[in-house]
Amino acid sequence: MKVSLDTLRALGRGDKAGDRVVPPTGFTARLTVFVAAAMAFLAVFALALSLAAGRLATSWGEELARASTVRISAPSGQVATQTEAALRLLQQTPGVASARALSEAEQQALLEPWFGPDLPVTELPVPQLIEVTETPEGYDAAGLRLRLQAEVPGAVLDDHARWRKPLVAAAARLKLLGWLSGLLIAAAVGAMVTLAANAALAANAQVIAVLRLVGATDAYIARAFVRRFTLRALSGAAVGTVLGVAAVALLPSGGETAGFLTGLSFRGWHWALPVLVPVLSAAVAFASTAVAARRVLGGLS
Amino acid sequence: MIELDNVAYSYGGGELLSELSLQLAPGSFHFLTGPSGTGKTTLLKLCYGALRPTAGQARLFGTDVREMDRDAVAMSRRRIGVVHQDCQFLDHLSLAENVALPLTVAGEPISPQDQNLRELLGWVGLTSRANALPPELSGGERQRAALARAVISSPEVVLADEPTGNVDWEMSQRLLRLLVELNRMGVTVLIATHDLQLIRAAKSQVQARVLRIVNRKLQSAGVDL
Repeated sequence: MKVSLDTLRALGRGDKAGDRVVPPTGFTARLTVFVAAAMAFLAVFALALSLAAGRLATSWGEELARASTVRISAPSGQVATQTEAALRLLQQTPGVASARALSEAEQQALLEPWFGPDLPVTELPVPQLIEVTETPEGYDAAGLRLRLQAEVPGAVLDDHARWRKPLVAAAARLKLLGWLSGLLIAAAVGAMVTLAANAALAANAQVIAVLRLVGATDAYIARAFVRRFTLRALSGAAVGTVLGVAAVALLPSGGETAGFLTGLSFRGWHWALPVLVPVLSAAVAFASTAVAARRVLGGLS
Repeated sequence: MIELDNVAYSYGGGELLSELSLQLAPGSFHFLTGPSGTGKTTLLKLCYGALRPTAGQARLFGTDVREMDRDAVAMSRRRIGVVHQDCQFLDHLSLAENVALPLTVAGEPISPQDQNLRELLGWVGLTSRANALPPELSGGERQRAALARAVISSPEVVLADEPTGNVDWEMSQRLLRLLVELNRMGVTVLIATHDLQLIRAAKSQVQARVLRIVNRKLQSAGVDL
């Protein structure tokens, strides 16, 4: 742990002389920077996907929790009795938080967009609506339907929210997949940096031997490599993140009627989240180079 | 400073050195001789902790090598200057930077214009080559640069493995004089060489003990040289 803290401190301070003891390797360096940039670009999309799916799951979930409806169509004389019977039945049903018959005014408001404000609702055989709010556990829709059928023949349970459940599940799963992609990208960065660091350590075996000979500690040698790979991952990921965020920002927006595809973007403070991508890449590179260096150096005589 | 006590070392199957004892006292000057392949380099490696004895005890500055971790060995290298047989440098750094490397890795970097560094380069006659890269140096220049690197951190002991291996007689005399001068400043010196002429030349300048590896053991070779 002490080694890592020293290394972190040295990273912040910078060490010109220490940087120079390991010869620069152009090609591997450029590859590392490129892969870090590509991975950061993908990570920004995975992040945007997760956040968008999360928003979708939340908004669908809220609508789902809101309500279902019982519709009572009966000959005009029986509507009131059947409504009362249905309300009584609903209040006794486990999983129903509340049930409330809509007033005439509310029904008229609902119909207004279709029939205009002048519709004489009372004179038409408009079915009575009962708004049902579920408890979080929900009720047994099939059971309720059977009981309504038996006791209130004119009642139809309009379980309109149920179809959203698989969509919410899908959105939640998509969110999970997004985070999983993020994890895989981090692991891939770690693996790539480990390979690159191992290659660099192997290519510089003679340099390491000379450094050991003149009294360099493992921590000093490791630091020279760790600093280099951490900075490469940081700079590469920074470029990739900027490009990724720009690409997300330039996606066409669907505005108010945003669907899922056009909603693939960041909202509000979420725009700050991609900043974490280069920081995490650097952290992953730091850790994997430190581990690789410790393993390689520990194996030397 | 460096003590080997009944030390044995074996590579794979065969034993190269056995029941070998050696004490390097402060300020002493030793030659280590013997035909090629008898274990001179191995013995030197045992002296600076690059190899651990397979039997017996090796102590560097009073600490058993077996009890030293890699960092402790690295720290002891800062008190022991080593001139390798095949002097290895960092080929991408200039000669001056290579000579200053022991200070750089100890966290006390000095600039190539540092007065002490310039004096040291002058002492080994490499002032004009300060900015050259190691691959551009001749064999003798490399040997002298290796010596300068070995002594820049003011070590208490200098171990030199065939320091005159690749150089002509003139140059080997010059390197020897540098080592003798160091010894006069109080540095303990151990030189492994099969060059008996060099040992004879040294005897007139310094009181040196000559050790020889015979049949895997160390013998004191005195007058018969």
